[in-house]
Amino acid sequence: MNFGSLDLHTVWFALVGVLFTGYVILDGFDLGVGVLHLFVAKRDEERRVFLNAIGPVWDGNEVWLVTGGGALFAAFPNVYATVFSGFYLAFMALLCALIFRAVAIEFRSKHPSPRWRWFWDRSFALGSLASTLLIGIAMGNIAWGVPIDARGEFAGSFLGLLHPYALLMGVTTVALFAMHGAIYLGLKTEGELQARVRARINPLIIAFILSYVLLTLATLLYVPHVTEAFRREPWFFALVVPVVLAIANIPREVNRGREFFAFLSSCAAMAGLMAIFGVGNYPYLVYSQPFPEHSLTAFNSASSPKTLGIMLTIALIGLPVVLAYSVSIYWIFRGKVRLDKMSY
Amino acid sequence: MDILTLSRLQFAFTITFHYLYPPLSIGLGVLLVAIEALWLKTKNPLYHQMARFWTKVFALTFAIGVATGIVMEFEFGTNWATYSRYVGDVFGSALAAEGIFAFFLESGFLAVLLFGWDKVGPKMHFFATCMVALGAHFSAIWIIVANSWMQTPAGFHIVGEGLHARAEITDFWAMVFNPSSMDRLSHTVVGAWQAGAWLMVSIGAWYLLRKQHRAFALASMKIGLALSLTASVLTLVTGDRSAKGVARNQPAKFAALEGHWETGPQAPLHVVGWVDAKTETTRGLALPGMLSWLAYGDAAKPVTGLRDIPQDERPPVNFTFQLFHLMVAIGFTMIGLALWAAWALWRGTLENSRPLLWLLVISVLGPQIANQAGWWAAEVGRQPWIVYKLLRTSQGLSAVVSANQVVTSMVMFTGVYLLLFAAFVFLLNEKIQHGPDETDLQPTGKHALGFKPAPEAAS
Repeated sequence: MNFGSLDLHTVWFALVGVLFTGYVILDGFDLGVGVLHLFVAKRDEERRVFLNAIGPVWDGNEVWLVTGGGALFAAFPNVYATVFSGFYLAFMALLCALIFRAVAIEFRSKHPSPRWRWFWDRSFALGSLASTLLIGIAMGNIAWGVPIDARGEFAGSFLGLLHPYALLMGVTTVALFAMHGAIYLGLKTEGELQARVRARINPLIIAFILSYVLLTLATLLYVPHVTEAFRREPWFFALVVPVVLAIANIPREVNRGREFFAFLSSCAAMAGLMAIFGVGNYPYLVYSQPFPEHSLTAFNSASSPKTLGIMLTIALIGLPVVLAYSVSIYWIFRGKVRLDKMSY
Repeated sequence: MDILTLSRLQFAFTITFHYLYPPLSIGLGVLLVAIEALWLKTKNPLYHQMARFWTKVFALTFAIGVATGIVMEFEFGTNWATYSRYVGDVFGSALAAEGIFAFFLESGFLAVLLFGWDKVGPKMHFFATCMVALGAHFSAIWIIVANSWMQTPAGFHIVGEGLHARAEITDFWAMVFNPSSMDRLSHTVVGAWQAGAWLMVSIGAWYLLRKQHRAFALASMKIGLALSLTASVLTLVTGDRSAKGVARNQPAKFAALEGHWETGPQAPLHVVGWVDAKTETTRGLALPGMLSWLAYGDAAKPVTGLRDIPQDERPPVNFTFQLFHLMVAIGFTMIGLALWAAWALWRGTLENSRPLLWLLVISVLGPQIANQAGWWAAEVGRQPWIVYKLLRTSQGLSAVVSANQVVTSMVMFTGVYLLLFAAFVFLLNEKIQHGPDETDLQPTGKHALGFKPAPEAAS
């Protein structure tokens, strides 16, 4: 397919963003369920309800990360190489957390012994928490900027990645995913368990808002290239309005018992947050500091226009099909969780 | 140990562990399609029971396959960053296609396959099973296309020089249909079918030995053996094509697979042997002229020997040789075993032949070992190149990762994978001991609709 004068670099910046947004919205709620697993679900049956609430979909949700990573590799190989080798230990820890979590979901209920379940319950919860925290820390570093040398290689250290701004982004992400997970659980649970889940939603919203406000203040004060992007294009601020409205809408829908709309609002808010993150950083994929001239952008680290064009063809054919059957599968598994013999 | 050795060891370890599972998913996927098709067609509830049982085994292998597969994708970037920069433009589109066309399909419909029994009708469920199997095969296509491009690069040109050189795509379809991709894909896929088929045969044989679940075991063995027999013969056919391709495209690897030193006609084929790379000799049982004949269909054609390959472009010869011969030996054994078992099943003597049943119980190890040995031979035989004749493995490493970091991650992967493997074996064993669920002989919910109970189940 020939895409003429289309700016393929910007298109792929946006498409990689769309894939990671898909990941954050979808895996966001099942990671959130994991974060809440030990605190909210107490009895064995309740924990099974939690696991089966995400049972049919968590695996497909994680594919968004795999595909997002693949798209990053294909569209921006230099970013992929620099970030993955530079954040080596952080990514290894993320892999460890994701493996434990995935296997815990699958294994936990396949054997009745309490010690077996005790171990996998903790694997699931800690794996989810650690994954969420690490994803947030990675995003925090991307926004804050990392040291990049003249060759385009990472020039920092693992401990250097754990600065306060990145940690704050990590905590914000945990609060956001936990909130999103609680709202999703509201949709999937009933009775007394649902009441307990619902009681957690408002505190989690407040925790998220507080940490996000702090994060925004820190961004305005200490992350000039993001502030600069908003100063240059003031209409970006228009993105903030729907996010605020969407978040404000969540408690309202929960109170009216319309869990599905609460969940949609939460999804919309997350999409808006990712959009703000994306436009705030454009065209930087990895901002370099203290040497901004070494930054990796959508233009200096991309594959050839030919590859970007081929992949756009693949994405245009593939993504609508993926969306269509993903929606059908969510539709098939709509409604409250019912445990049966095939359940986790 | 230096960082190159450590990084290669880590990749070898993680890919070997990962590759225990996808072949099982691919093979069992085909078998599940067959079983569900029989269930739809015959409405015999035995097939419903089988579908339920084998779905559970499938779920177990699939979960670990996915979890350990993400590691592989990440490792390209974490440990082989320079390689990633070099091949990203070419390799990336295959990987992206794998995500979009294969993984989404597989994981999406897996939900229906595992949890949809009471939510969708039998035909929709069958459709989902087909999509999962199709997705598993799609993922094999793209990853093997990418790997084959590393063996026989095509459809690209090199841009930039020295440290900044990288391959850029010029022809997508030439990249996809590079000289080795279709031969290697077909060989890998039938090898995966064997992995799934022999697992089914093995568990069936175990039940017959224990005199449990007789009807279930016999029906499973029939379906499993049909696929093992077909796949083991196809493995030979595709293996022959693949080897001919190696002879044409990668003479150094071909010479190493056979421990062949002196270029010339009437090249011998070693049935067994031992290679001494120092003295440049191979001793063992050899059939004169057979290698030339197998490679080119003519014993008079010359086969390139390792002496004509520069020292620094030779793979580790004896290691490659032994792995390859192990794979071939197992391949022939599996054909023989499949024929024997099929004959016994047809004559009705299978149940009483305990030695054969015991052989079938351990048969599950055959394709697993052969699949691993074959991949090791293919990858070690490509050395010292990571991309054949273009980029050396030593040049593909990450510039900023230290040996200590790799040691840390090695320790982590070893611990985690040992734990996973123990848990997998424990759960698989528990599933096998528990056996098929008797209540599955009376399908309920949507699967009961329009499905009249067969006389067997009604009595």
